[in-house]
Amino acid sequence: MTTVTEPGDEALTAARRPLEHIRICDLTGQLAGAGSTKALAALGAEVIRVEDPVRKGRWDILRGAPPFVDSRRGLDLGGGFNNHNTEKKGVTINLRTPRGKALLRDLIRQCDVVAENFAAGVMERLGFGWEELQKIRTDIIYVSHCGFGHTGPYSRYKTWGPIVQAMSGLTFTSGLPEQEPAGWGFSYMDHTGGYYMAIAMLLAIAHRNRTGEGQWVDLSCTEAGATLHGPAILDHSVNGRPMRRAESPESNRQNWPAMAPHGVYPAKGEDRWVAIACRDDADWHACAEVIDLSWARDNRFAERGSRIAKREALDALLADWTRGEEPFALADALAGAGVPAAVVKSPEERIDLDANTAEWELFPVAEHREMGRVRVDGLGVHLSETDWQIDRGAPCLGEHNEQVFGDLLGLSSDEIEEMRAAGDI
Amino acid sequence: MPGPLQGVRVIELAHERCCFLGKLLADAGADVVVVEPPEGAAQRGHEPFLDDQPGLERSLSWWHYNTSKRGVTLDLASEQGIGQLRQLLAGADVFIDGEAPGRLAQLGLDYLSLQPLNPGLLMVSLTPYGQSGPEKERPATDLTLAASGGMLWMNGYDDHSIPPIRGGGNQSFHTGAHYAMMALLAALLYRDEHGAGQFIDVNINACCNVTTESGSYAWLVSGAVVHRQTGRHAAARPTSSSQVRCSDGRYVNTGVPPRTPKEFRSLRDWVLELGLQDEFPELVFLEMAMELEYVDQGKIGVDDAVTAMCAAGRDALVLIASRLPAYDFFRGGQDRGFSVGVIYSPEEVMDDLHFRDRGFPTAVEHPELGASFEYPGVPYRLNGSPCEVSRRAPLLGEHNEEVLGRLDDEGAASGSSPA
Repeated sequence: MTTVTEPGDEALTAARRPLEHIRICDLTGQLAGAGSTKALAALGAEVIRVEDPVRKGRWDILRGAPPFVDSRRGLDLGGGFNNHNTEKKGVTINLRTPRGKALLRDLIRQCDVVAENFAAGVMERLGFGWEELQKIRTDIIYVSHCGFGHTGPYSRYKTWGPIVQAMSGLTFTSGLPEQEPAGWGFSYMDHTGGYYMAIAMLLAIAHRNRTGEGQWVDLSCTEAGATLHGPAILDHSVNGRPMRRAESPESNRQNWPAMAPHGVYPAKGEDRWVAIACRDDADWHACAEVIDLSWARDNRFAERGSRIAKREALDALLADWTRGEEPFALADALAGAGVPAAVVKSPEERIDLDANTAEWELFPVAEHREMGRVRVDGLGVHLSETDWQIDRGAPCLGEHNEQVFGDLLGLSSDEIEEMRAAGDI
Repeated sequence: MPGPLQGVRVIELAHERCCFLGKLLADAGADVVVVEPPEGAAQRGHEPFLDDQPGLERSLSWWHYNTSKRGVTLDLASEQGIGQLRQLLAGADVFIDGEAPGRLAQLGLDYLSLQPLNPGLLMVSLTPYGQSGPEKERPATDLTLAASGGMLWMNGYDDHSIPPIRGGGNQSFHTGAHYAMMALLAALLYRDEHGAGQFIDVNINACCNVTTESGSYAWLVSGAVVHRQTGRHAAARPTSSSQVRCSDGRYVNTGVPPRTPKEFRSLRDWVLELGLQDEFPELVFLEMAMELEYVDQGKIGVDDAVTAMCAAGRDALVLIASRLPAYDFFRGGQDRGFSVGVIYSPEEVMDDLHFRDRGFPTAVEHPELGASFEYPGVPYRLNGSPCEVSRRAPLLGEHNEEVLGRLDDEGAASGSSPA
């Protein structure tokens, strides 16, 4: 398969990344979809994002949404969009016109994977359902991702991150007894659904490499969320103990395996907190040495079983002590003694002031045509031979039309211009 | 039909940090052999237990995280055990572990030592802070990683005298496993093309740190800091609540309020159907909105009429939710095009008709107990190479003979020996 290269991009193409032989026709948007192809693009896949020229790509609401780098506003300037679409190419195709549809078919013919996260039924309506995709390319891989999957009574229902988290049990599991759910303060399942979507594409490519066969992967984001509390589900299906019961959930304390102390404790300063977990008796005794007060050496807390039984009292005593301590000094003293402890870090503390983050080069700078140089999320992994790389920001709307339609699909400049004038792209 | 990773041979050193990666691979059809010490993996001592009674074969945590795998025991304190593991690794595609940095080097089982033995080997190590960073020795649990990795900063209640709240389950470990899986599969596809193995260093803290949505990019792009709020996104400036307690005591998320005239009409009709109009004088604003061509959300807070219409939309959803059982609100709302949801507990997901209809709950046989239990299934339906929970977790040493017996013969024949 030929690779579309950009003039002046030798340094980039010289770097060997693991997925450079893979090309993805990317119809995704938002984080739940775009996040998946972002990871694969960082790993070298050639991701060609297809957007609607009529609505100017607005289907992805992040395109023009805050945060912004400066006072400028516009559909090429959304900060979240840039973060989730680094290293991708962007083209516009109008799927309302016959020539637009034909152009998408030509593009799909050159791709290994078609990925989308529309509501169920949209692809069929556009004329690109699974049956049609197979006709375009017999070994095509099609990965669809939506809140409830493409079958079942809720398949037409609409979701976004917080609704997926509600319906999959995740929101409920985050909270305190007698309080309403605290839930998740971000779309954890947009990220995680995107990870599953990337995994689904890679699994299907692995299968195709072995058998030569494509397939359709129907990914349900709520099901992805529901796989993430297995022990709680088994405690019900095996032991008959539901999580919806008095005194439950107590999510900072409850833990499998059970530990005490285990929680988030106050520290000196406004709204400052330190997470502390004693995995076993050795951790507790090391913790007690750091506390260095008589109650900490009390026999009633010496063993795990009795600490768990008396954790109400233990937590209160511990919190009374932590409240007077500087958060970072406290966490470092405990960690230095071998006890798992960490400050609940602010964005600045974990992004800019964290030695581990800096050493990892976790937040690379990406060059965006309009926004300039902006730091973005990298990946929490490093591969020894073919590592990920992020240099380019998200594509502006239609930024790579000439390159993709010309170099990859063989259209002449005149043909591209004519299609633009006719509203096909 | 075989799964997509059929034929991929994986050796896993049992550890709570890598067990989920092993499960993702095994449920996708890879042949995953989990290696435990003779006394059993530490995870077999993790709650909850079958009938609440501890026991080597009774940990539901072990059960969940080790489905579809085979299991062997090896004593890595002995030369023989190390030698057998090296033989297993010589014939493996993938080696995964969650050991503290440096431990495997002491045993001659680090990537550099293994590479001559098996140049195509892909090795994945999951650690709290990576293999080489300044905090590589720092002790951590799932909870402390949620603190240092940013999740905790964003989760909790409006009342900031209550501590930040960690979501249930080991989500930090899961996030590390998700990144590990993406990187490993990418490396596997690269090996399909070029034959080369490699080492993958998974830094769980870093994985969490880039799984924080606007918490990170609000800071990176504009220097804004988000703050936690009850049941909704942490934000730089406070936003309206989105959870309502329904008539049956359960909560729902009321989602995004109506935006289009059509949505306003549909909400107006729902209020009337339920006979709530007398309690809802703001109905008039819904009726104003549904007659417009376009409701300009940009004018909220600027134009009094638009502000009142949008507030009425939100209030109508809250009123309806408070009068209906949670499930009825969910179905009624979604059938009318509103993205709303019930806040289910995990067991309620498994009982829901949609998840059952899709076959998500999966019966897993435990023949030695004469019983079958429902497990969460897999989230993706691959129509050509299905993933599935194919069997229960291995009993301690269950496949010793099957795996190690054959190995001894091969080992003798090939003359391979411990380093």
